[in-house]
Amino acid sequence: MQRIGVFVCWCGSNIAGTVDVQAVSEALKNEPGVVLSTNYQYMCSQAGQDMIKAAIAEHKLTGIVICSCSPRMHEATFRKTAAAAGINPYMVEIANIREQCSWVHKEMEIGTEKAIILGKAAIAKVNLNTPLTPGESPVTKRALVIGGGIAGIQTALDIADAGFEVDIVEKKPTIGGKMAQLDKTFPTLDCAACILTPKMVDVGQHEKIRIFSYSEVTALEGFVGNFTATITKKARFVKEDVCTGCGLCTEKCPQKKVPNEFNLGMDNRRAIYIPFAQAVPKVATIDPDHCTMLKTGKCGLCAKVCTAGAIDYTQKDEVIKEKYGAIVVATGYEPISMEKFDEFAYNQSKDVITSLEFERLTNAAGPTAGKLLRPSDGKHPHKIVFVQCVGSRCENCAEKGKEYCSKICCMYTAKHAMLTRDKYPDTEVYVFYIDVRTPGKNFDEFYRRAVEEYGVHYIKGMVGKVTPEGDKLMVQASDLLADKQLHIDADLVVLAAAIEPDKSARPLATMLTASMDTNDFFTEAHPKLRPVESPTAGVYLSGTCQGPKDIPETVSQAGAAAAKVIGLLAKDKLTGNPCVAHSDELMCNGCSSCERVCPYGAITYTDKEFRMPNRTTLIRRVASVNEAVCQGCGACTVACPSGAMDLKGFASEQIIAEVDAVCK
Amino acid sequence: MQKITRETLVAKASALLAEGMVDRVLGWKKGEFAYDVTPNVFADAASLEKDFVYGDFCGANFSKYLIAETRKGEGKILVFLKPCDTYSFNQLLTEHRFDREKVYVVGIPCEGMADIGKIKAEVGEGILEVESDANGFTVKTLYKGDVKLTAEQALGERCLVCKSKKHVAYDELIGEDGVVIDSARFDEVEKLEKMSSDERFAFWQNELSRCIRCNACRDVCPACSCEKCVFNNPKSGVENKAVADSFEEKMFHIIRAFHVAGRCTDCGECSRVCPQDIPLHLLNRKFIKDINSFYGEYQAGETVGSRAPLVNYTTEDIEPSEAVERGNQ
Repeated sequence: MQRIGVFVCWCGSNIAGTVDVQAVSEALKNEPGVVLSTNYQYMCSQAGQDMIKAAIAEHKLTGIVICSCSPRMHEATFRKTAAAAGINPYMVEIANIREQCSWVHKEMEIGTEKAIILGKAAIAKVNLNTPLTPGESPVTKRALVIGGGIAGIQTALDIADAGFEVDIVEKKPTIGGKMAQLDKTFPTLDCAACILTPKMVDVGQHEKIRIFSYSEVTALEGFVGNFTATITKKARFVKEDVCTGCGLCTEKCPQKKVPNEFNLGMDNRRAIYIPFAQAVPKVATIDPDHCTMLKTGKCGLCAKVCTAGAIDYTQKDEVIKEKYGAIVVATGYEPISMEKFDEFAYNQSKDVITSLEFERLTNAAGPTAGKLLRPSDGKHPHKIVFVQCVGSRCENCAEKGKEYCSKICCMYTAKHAMLTRDKYPDTEVYVFYIDVRTPGKNFDEFYRRAVEEYGVHYIKGMVGKVTPEGDKLMVQASDLLADKQLHIDADLVVLAAAIEPDKSARPLATMLTASMDTNDFFTEAHPKLRPVESPTAGVYLSGTCQGPKDIPETVSQAGAAAAKVIGLLAKDKLTGNPCVAHSDELMCNGCSSCERVCPYGAITYTDKEFRMPNRTTLIRRVASVNEAVCQGCGACTVACPSGAMDLKGFASEQIIAEVDAVCK
Repeated sequence: MQKITRETLVAKASALLAEGMVDRVLGWKKGEFAYDVTPNVFADAASLEKDFVYGDFCGANFSKYLIAETRKGEGKILVFLKPCDTYSFNQLLTEHRFDREKVYVVGIPCEGMADIGKIKAEVGEGILEVESDANGFTVKTLYKGDVKLTAEQALGERCLVCKSKKHVAYDELIGEDGVVIDSARFDEVEKLEKMSSDERFAFWQNELSRCIRCNACRDVCPACSCEKCVFNNPKSGVENKAVADSFEEKMFHIIRAFHVAGRCTDCGECSRVCPQDIPLHLLNRKFIKDINSFYGEYQAGETVGSRAPLVNYTTEDIEPSEAVERGNQ
């Protein structure tokens, strides 16, 4: 028989205002097992906790019921109190008489009645509680970073600098991500390559970092501290460790007409290519869709010119399995497709481009060597219209756009407008906007400079239609402040396309059992207090996979995610949750129902020998639970037909006792 | 279709025993009356010759017997399975309840088994012998002489709405295999669904109030193969729920239906053995019908290792709210 102490908390007036705490402690006095029932103003205070400790000693308590706030708030507190006084922390139960009672009821009478019932239920449960001890599991001291953009790069560098091994998996042939494609960065206008490429080099040379480029995570199993990832390295038909990156092959390859994805198809590359001069790893890759040798078996020119002998047309995809303690998701974003935005004539005119394409046009390493020339005729544009919020903040156009604000467009459009006016003062620049949003250090000042110093025409209003006419683009728009229609004969139209999570994010989230919002952005464990952790233990979020972000924010979050990973990897062992499933082998039928529903793969089967009557033995198949893998979700306990599977700390018997106490 | 005779089966069993392919035979033994044949294990040709019977009352589903029988030693046991039995056989294999290697399955065709309850209702007591041919049944009685009955009058309900003449598991077949039938087995369920909830409650109260908790339905059910039944386990907290009040006592059947949901192959043994003639199979059939409509057609035991919808998750699964809404209609 338990000796239970009941402690009713007033929570100041939070509980006591709607619940007669004196009546509750009186009413619970005579429940089975209760030897002490009392109340106090703030149970969680030092004085309150001391009172509990003293009571445990004085009344030789074996179980504790605290009638107070939600267990999410103070269960851990009171478990520590109990442990400090020498009883097992899992002998503590919380009856939530605040969130579920005083806060939702107005009348004292009803609130008190319900508090008593909740108290009785908790007492009924404690009567069946047993001491539980959490298990421990080791931590693999290596982190996996998925995505090699600025978010992944920064996270990897920070983790590696703390002394832990990091693997970066990047699906493109080089790390660098979107930032490598940018020209200048707001608000300071440093060149993106100048600040990014040294970091890429650092990653490439860091002794603790391995880069799996042109690779994808194809399977994942395990749990915090003990993940196993399957990484598929796509065949690049070039031996990575032999290639010197001299680039001779990329000059000699006769297949010259492959759209260059790094320049968003605005120029061509060869079938064998290095995405850009500062690529890391600086290794050539053969594009199997366009290589004549791979398609027809005739050519082999690259192999002939390669002095290092790095070309290998027989290379196959390679599958690597590696263990990790923590995983950082840094899968980034893509601009949304402009296919459906017919009103802006994106499909009709080469001179309607996206902002990312504009970045490439003004980039010294881009298709025009940094000269701002129209893609259609290579002429210098004299009138440019920038359209903001193309597909962003699109409340009624879910089929083609996004409801959210893409956050970065206001600033990069101001940057584009300003740089254009700076380099080509003879160009007239219009920016159409819904609002200009510039929160951030030195952001608004930046935008004001574009308007005031550089004379960019900012017009509040949306562009209704863009119509190509001759070599002009007729832009029809409204000026909401002046309340009039505008017609501009532009030479170039730049669309600030909304950004969305990379397409690889959704399948990855499924693999990681990490949650996502309706827009496929990864969900954080708490939007304010745990912004870089996913709700799945051991999985962290870095950069735009979690929501639209600019570079400064991404880098901050990348560092924060790294700090969380370092905190995890610094531990030698992780303490598990003792409230895990347990199979009663005497009752188990070995039917595999539990195994089928277990989302964590925590259940395995063994053949076990049982003694039977008449000195015989029987070998039966029985389930056993890997306590380190089990997350205590309880799915197996429901699927088990015989009731052999039960959850420690939440046994069916305990739940039924609670229900009985409530319904009595 | 050829009629399966006792001689065919005895010959097959004796041959397999002689070959050493099997060391025991699970079959039927004559009872006190023509209609109370009993499952029996035969170890040699002599006892087969002496006691083995086969006829219109050999309806028992032998698949569940294999759990206990395969635990007795290493040898193989021969079992005769009707098409519907093979579904239970596969379901038990899916649940790893016995070792397939220890069983030799001879599939036998089936044209339906007689229901002695129905026959008694037609002809009364004093039944001496029941014979059947393509034209129907002839019941020889003590008091009324020979009484002719149609198949409709004599066959069990489960056989009249037979879902499959196809064996889904066997090592060897006697005769030709049949096909899956698009039967009217859900008609009775639909009638119940059309009732108001009060009418339906009254229907089940009337039926279940006859229950004497003999546990025959559970003991015969191939899905009820737990090492220890929750109703025998005080710790499960289920036993005491089933006896809370006079009608709640019948919660036993509701709980049982939930326990076998998704695993019940609709073999109909529960209703066959019920001494009180409670149509228990209708509870299970309602579940099967709902599972079919919520998750797509699923037949438990059709294949070994299939994932029943209730222990599987796909993104196409019905939303709980929609399931509730349909239930309220």
